[in-house]
Amino acid sequence: MDKTLLIFRHEFLHTVKRKGFIIMTLIVPLVALLAMGGFQLISGVAEPPIVEEVTIGYVDNSGGFEGYTQQGKVNLVRFDTQDDATEALVAGDITEYFVIPPDYISTGVVSRYTLEKQLVAPEDIATAIRNFLLSNLLAGQVPAATVDRVEAPLNLVTTRLTETGDIAPEQGGFGTFIIPVVFGILLVFAIIFSSTYLLQGLVEEKENRLIEILLSSVSARQLLTGKVLGIGVAGLVQVGVWVISASLLLSLASSSIGGLISTIQLPANFLVLAVVYFILGYLLFAVLSAGIGAISSSSREGQQLVGIFTLPLVIPLWFMSLLILFPDNPIWVVLTIFPVTAPVEVMVRLGVSDIPAWQLAASITVLALSVIGTLLLTSKVFRTYLLMYGKRPKFGEIIQSLRSG
Amino acid sequence: MRVGEGASTMLAAEVNHIFKSYADKAVVNDLSFSVARGEIFGLIGPNGAGKTTTIRMMMDIIKPDSGDVTMLDEKLSEASKNRLGYLPEERGLYRKLTTIDSIIYLASLKGMDRHSAEEKANELLNQTGMLPHKRKKIEELSQGMGQIIQFIVTIIHDPELVILDEPFAGLDPVNTELLKGMFVDLRNQGKAVILSTHRMNEVEELCDRILMINNGRSVLYGNLTEIKSSYRSNSVILDFDGELGEVPGVTGKRTNKGYVELVLDGNTTPQQVLERLVSTGIVINRFEVATPPLNEIFLKVVGKSHG
Repeated sequence: MDKTLLIFRHEFLHTVKRKGFIIMTLIVPLVALLAMGGFQLISGVAEPPIVEEVTIGYVDNSGGFEGYTQQGKVNLVRFDTQDDATEALVAGDITEYFVIPPDYISTGVVSRYTLEKQLVAPEDIATAIRNFLLSNLLAGQVPAATVDRVEAPLNLVTTRLTETGDIAPEQGGFGTFIIPVVFGILLVFAIIFSSTYLLQGLVEEKENRLIEILLSSVSARQLLTGKVLGIGVAGLVQVGVWVISASLLLSLASSSIGGLISTIQLPANFLVLAVVYFILGYLLFAVLSAGIGAISSSSREGQQLVGIFTLPLVIPLWFMSLLILFPDNPIWVVLTIFPVTAPVEVMVRLGVSDIPAWQLAASITVLALSVIGTLLLTSKVFRTYLLMYGKRPKFGEIIQSLRSG
Repeated sequence: MRVGEGASTMLAAEVNHIFKSYADKAVVNDLSFSVARGEIFGLIGPNGAGKTTTIRMMMDIIKPDSGDVTMLDEKLSEASKNRLGYLPEERGLYRKLTTIDSIIYLASLKGMDRHSAEEKANELLNQTGMLPHKRKKIEELSQGMGQIIQFIVTIIHDPELVILDEPFAGLDPVNTELLKGMFVDLRNQGKAVILSTHRMNEVEELCDRILMINNGRSVLYGNLTEIKSSYRSNSVILDFDGELGEVPGVTGKRTNKGYVELVLDGNTTPQQVLERLVSTGIVINRFEVATPPLNEIFLKVVGKSHG
């Protein structure tokens, strides 16, 4: 068997047998399944909340507000004077009352009196009062159906069409947003974990000097290739398990649970892009980690250095709320094409809006070119510094060996 | 089998004028030597002399700045790496892997297939008494056991040339003897063994030829016996029973524990002294020409080149 393949096989098996890897791979679908079960359990057991009938009072100093005193669960009782109403409130007959002043028609001001300390008036009470006023004002002037419409004039249903005018298979909204964002986060985990495994493995071999035995058997290139691919395929298996379980769980969920979950969709091309960006993103960070592993003397030191590079990876997640508010800002195009932020930015943007094809093409090209560039740089320092134990080379020395190597 | 004898194919390694410097400091400075098949070759020198760097260049782990290395009659390539065995000075194994898995993986990187690697591993584990630890993880083994495993890894693929960097460091006397026996076996099978060590008594015991380097340069190179005799002082060592009177030709006498060292004048050979001693009628238990221990030569040569 080819030696690269042997290293690949060893690294792959070594990684997938790690407890941390197995737990991480299984915990994501498991948590999703539990969450679904929990959701079903709660929605099955819980009846719609029973709203108690409330009685509130009002004093009509304006005149004409007599009918429609039953607004849902809110029962309105008329008092002649404010003193009567206060008395009833103190006695506990009513929970609160409001006063419609004589100049109500011109000012719209209504004064509310309550014993409770509240931030704002409760939504159901405010709606009840509003509808009571509306119904009385419009009574006899427009048909009853119009009154209903005035109370709730807008129920906005958006449908996205394709350029040919058909209904697009992929609709916008929060349903399409959730999965890509979750995947953006998972991609960060997968990339960081995989490249950390690579770094740890390399530094371990450096620390216990196995590297000399390895390099006396295989070339540095074979070692680097076998390692990067072996651990990468393990990471790909992890992402694959997540992607497949996500689509299975979603079809299960949308058939058993309605509501928001049934609107959750995987954006088109999403699965393909998730895999493409994992592969490219991983390769970039893996090769960077390998280079850093070669120059660092302990795994802690290596992880600190890798941390500098993983920060930009999560930047798109920090600015996600801004992305939702301003999806057309050019900054997102920059983050889509900049190689270190690209994998996660593309995932998150897929959930919010469409990404023009040229941006995706540019993003993938730049990312692929950075992988090649980093590989060329890393292979120069790899062999030299893997054998340098105990001390980390100075920055200037690395630059020098990059030039001469 | 001696160097220089027969065709060049008898040479297991040939190093020609190699140079290596790090940050403008010459670590190996114009070093040339050759190692024949069927010999144990000692590579000796003080710490920092350039031994490990030399070995790494021979193993193609690093490249010399100039000069060339021929191993097993060819320039080092990925294929020839399979015919070499290397035990590095500072060493370790995958701590979480079992003994047998470690051996098989590293053997497969030397081109062995899984099946024959396992077969050979069992044989060597049995030979070294390590068979009961076959399924244990490396981290459960003692340091000495780990070292035996590493030695097994070094020779499992039946290499034609074995390079051992400080193989005895950290080993108990029993395991030291075990390894020595295996080195001699390798030599007797016609393999070349390069032994890099500080321990001069082991070099004296095992090596046929040596290269002593200091500050990256060769300071002594050749047949060990010849080197030692060229450094010998004109004296003999004698252990006897009886009364030793004046012996003609002996100018001085140093009494040590268990033996007496007799210093000869310039005109007397050890042979003549022996004849005279026999004629005095004393019982001779031991008589030998005094050659300085390699340790002394080492200190002398290194001290001189330091001075």
